[in-house]
Amino acid sequence: MTAPISTNQTILVVGGGISGMTAALEAAECGKQVILAERNTSLGGRTALLYRYFPKMCHPTCGLEINLRRLKNNRNLRVLTQTEVVSVTGQRGDYTVALKISPRYVNANCTACGECAKAVETEISNPYEYGLAKTRAAYLPHAMAYPQRYVLDPSIVSTADGEKARAACKYDAIELGMQPETVELKVGTVVWATGWKPYDAAKIQPYGYDRFDNVVTSLEFERLADPHGPTGGKLLRPSDGKEARNIAFIQCAGSRDENHLRHCSRICCMASLKQTQYAREAYGEEGKSTVYYIDIRSIDRLEDFYLRVQQDPTVKFIKSKVASIKLDEASGDLILHGVDTEGYHRYAAQHDLVVLAVGMEPESNGIALPADIVTDSSGFIEGAADGGQFAAGAASSPLDVNRSVQSATAAALHAIQVVHQTAAAEGA
Amino acid sequence: MSEHNQQAVTRYRNNFLQEVEERVEDGEWVKMCMQCGVCAGSCPLGNAWQHTPQKLFMMIRAGKREEVLTSDSMWMCTSCYNCIVRCPRKLPITHIMHGLANYAHRLNLVPKGQPTREVARLFWNSLAKTGRVNELKFSLALYFKDGFVQGIRNALAMQGVGFGLMKARRLNPMELFGGHKCKDPGSLHKMIAKAREIEDRKKGFAS
Repeated sequence: MTAPISTNQTILVVGGGISGMTAALEAAECGKQVILAERNTSLGGRTALLYRYFPKMCHPTCGLEINLRRLKNNRNLRVLTQTEVVSVTGQRGDYTVALKISPRYVNANCTACGECAKAVETEISNPYEYGLAKTRAAYLPHAMAYPQRYVLDPSIVSTADGEKARAACKYDAIELGMQPETVELKVGTVVWATGWKPYDAAKIQPYGYDRFDNVVTSLEFERLADPHGPTGGKLLRPSDGKEARNIAFIQCAGSRDENHLRHCSRICCMASLKQTQYAREAYGEEGKSTVYYIDIRSIDRLEDFYLRVQQDPTVKFIKSKVASIKLDEASGDLILHGVDTEGYHRYAAQHDLVVLAVGMEPESNGIALPADIVTDSSGFIEGAADGGQFAAGAASSPLDVNRSVQSATAAALHAIQVVHQTAAAEGA
Repeated sequence: MSEHNQQAVTRYRNNFLQEVEERVEDGEWVKMCMQCGVCAGSCPLGNAWQHTPQKLFMMIRAGKREEVLTSDSMWMCTSCYNCIVRCPRKLPITHIMHGLANYAHRLNLVPKGQPTREVARLFWNSLAKTGRVNELKFSLALYFKDGFVQGIRNALAMQGVGFGLMKARRLNPMELFGGHKCKDPGSLHKMIAKAREIEDRKKGFAS
């Protein structure tokens, strides 16, 4: 692949989730040259893996589809997938970035016919199902994947399976000899839309995420509810595939905790309220959801949704941070222990399935950012000290999709300003 | 009402939280509690207490001075530190429990015959006198704390252990007469008196 031509009036957007796509599109639609670099094999980020949005309960596919259409129609925007930023040097209006592009082993000839997936036998943990399902080692990331092209897992490339995949392809789309490459680009400004990752729930020892199959994270629960997910949209619990009808939601799993994440992740209350409605959707009046919370933080207009869920007789609220979870060996159920703050009653409550509303940690935690990037005490990116780089969406703060889009639009505007100033300085 | 208690009541009027913040060890942390209940749920003896830490903190903020200081819940703490480890706000809960117990002790508001307090008091008195805890006198004092007859009963019940310890040379019956002490108990007494004076000045007991 040849390096895309870029100048110091080009905007680099790092991360192709909802924030990165938005920032890139807003800038590109203003006529700016934009390069969108995504580390994974497809755009869409974590948003693509959600079942529904709150508060309107609509599907993310809708918004993604609009963005993908905008993207396909825009000639100012170039998308690089499987691309990571290696380094950023220089200053506002004059950066040199090095990008490492990993091989996909599938070229643009791919029609997503799926013959390669039928040919290979090796299975890998599906990176888009949070480990809840396996997939063939030649796979389409997900239904909304962009580019709509298969990927070969590097583990099979030099095996007989890789050869089988190549042989099965009618379009000469599989190139087993693809090599990683590093390209250097000039850009004027960088927008970091690196997003977030779920806090490692296994670190919350008393909740036993690593010991009990039926303790899942809120993101895994999204996959269970999604018709494209591993259970075909049925709320089946992992241990025995039984329908989970009595579900506990534990709030602040990792958030607002000096031992874990000090910040409030802000979206988890709404996410759990939304997920109680998945149970209602599945079972009607038969389902039972219990939300264990410290306090419900549904900000401004989202409070209407909270009030609506409060009216739902299948949803119960218990003001208590659960102290510990024990397994009932015989049934596979979980017993939640704690004390209810409203009345100080001690409880031991049995549930089929426990959903941990895990906190949002910056995806960039543990990754070396350029030296002049300023982060807050939780690692969220505030931008470059000289105002030449910006953060968008959940990279900047724990934000829901709606606010991520707003943040990304703002970041795009800042980036455009840098490009304008650079252009003015050069008399272009 | 003890003199200290009278003075505290006059000084703080209805602001018990402020009293705790100024006079109880680590009491300034109480206002940081967000009432999540993890300490109460994590306490291995939680179901045996009348007031869990979570509840005590709320009672302090609600100004329930009498009920807090006469509670025997903080005396039940075994210092397992489960609450401190799990508290999402990192409150030193164990230390606050001991601080509250100590403050209630200073004001002499502890329920009569509270066993933890009696043990602590006997232990301290033995230690402060000679600089060494006299284990024989300390155990005998414990046996006899509920009266002479009960003391004889306790001693008889434990005599097997006592003889065993003597045989293993872990217990010297001669300790009953004076017993061993540190090199200069007089200086120790002065140090303790000085420490008490500083502590009293800091916590406002002196004025």
